[in-house]
Amino acid sequence: MRIESHPILTFEKGKIVKFTYNGKEMEGYEGEPIAAALHAQGIKVLGYTHHRNRPRGFYCAIGNCSSCLMVVNGKPNVRTCVEKLTEGAVVETQKGRGELK
Amino acid sequence: MIKTDIVVIGGGPAGICAAINAASSGAKVLLLDRDSQLGGQLIKQTHMFFGSQKQHASVRGIDIPGILVKEMEEYKDNIQIMLDATVLGIYEDGVLTIEKNDDYIKIKPKGIIVATGASEKFPAFPNNDLPGIYGAGAVQTLMNVYGVSPGKSVFMVGAGNIGLIVSYQLVQAGVEVKGVICRGPRYGGYAVHASKLKRIGVPIMPGHRVIHAHGKDKLERITLIKLDENKKEISGTEFDIETDVLCISTGLTPLGELLWQMGCEMKFIREFSGHVPVRNEELETTVPGVFVAGDVAGIEEASSAMVEGRLAGLCCAKKLGFTNPEYSSLKEDYLQQLHDLRSGPVGDGIRKGLAKIVV
Repeated sequence: MRIESHPILTFEKGKIVKFTYNGKEMEGYEGEPIAAALHAQGIKVLGYTHHRNRPRGFYCAIGNCSSCLMVVNGKPNVRTCVEKLTEGAVVETQKGRGELK
Repeated sequence: MIKTDIVVIGGGPAGICAAINAASSGAKVLLLDRDSQLGGQLIKQTHMFFGSQKQHASVRGIDIPGILVKEMEEYKDNIQIMLDATVLGIYEDGVLTIEKNDDYIKIKPKGIIVATGASEKFPAFPNNDLPGIYGAGAVQTLMNVYGVSPGKSVFMVGAGNIGLIVSYQLVQAGVEVKGVICRGPRYGGYAVHASKLKRIGVPIMPGHRVIHAHGKDKLERITLIKLDENKKEISGTEFDIETDVLCISTGLTPLGELLWQMGCEMKFIREFSGHVPVRNEELETTVPGVFVAGDVAGIEEASSAMVEGRLAGLCCAKKLGFTNPEYSSLKEDYLQQLHDLRSGPVGDGIRKGLAKIVV
């Protein structure tokens, strides 16, 4: 959910861009973190852990804790809480460690 | 290989102030931050600051980076800023390696000021890794920087200043806050923040802790238990609360990895919430030429981080031969400001911590 009105803040947003999440087309604002764009659409589960297949969402949102790793444009282990959304980005849930091509 | 006099690692309140004072003393400074804007965690602090005029009291946190960056522009000939730049390592020959936009860059400075800040702590309970359980900083980033609501309802763990302030900010953003808990018998933050919450009907519940989180793929419910005055669990007092977000605000711990790597002598100081470097009054660590400022030197406030930054910048520059004409009076002023900020009962812990770590 987006915050539409705020007593103190105004949010400067980039232009609307299209991207895909697990093949499904979605919209977000250019330059916002991928995890924020997904969260605005209600998507909290970003990946699953290697050992116990436990769901992972973001935790720190400043690129510190690596809880938000996803596969972006084919590249695994991208910290989506700080990776900026771009037009046409291909975003996928990461399972386990991810594979380098 | 980039050569410079001083590298400042971290562009938050401490780092910016360190860069300003090193540059105003005549040193060439390279200011690094891994984010794409300066300001560190100030960019999401919508509340007004305390302290005195010199540390921008009564100014909202979000407005402070702009003030500092403007001050920095006076010394732009001496300051180079590199954003989206993550320091990967510091080697024995004094070379720093940096990743920036998939490029690998080497830097050789004569002095280093580490102002890397802190990261959030995490209480232990089953399922504490479920999506929907977020650090208080993350919740602030999401709602105050990007305008995305963290969820339908939030339950807050931790009633220090951050927990109280973020709870109020959540209500401002239109999110229901179901309650704020802390383990002790009284909330830890300032009364002014607590009374704001009470006025808008958010329950503050001292003497509780989370013992379990529940949910299939993401958080749906938490189990709380009551604690006695000694923070011991009272069996039979468990109860559940439905919430899709649990916000964790149980304190910060210094981000000292680079200091460990450089071989700085580190000590665990409870009052500073983690391992911090042994240093002298000028904030120089046990590795000559390596200075620290801000939360990495011990968890405190942005106000003291700014003053520490100024002191470290001034003293690091002097060490390299760039002596500010007003060195002595500036140094005295900064030490006095720090002394004032840490006086009174609020500074008890800080003063105790400093007594163990400053040599």
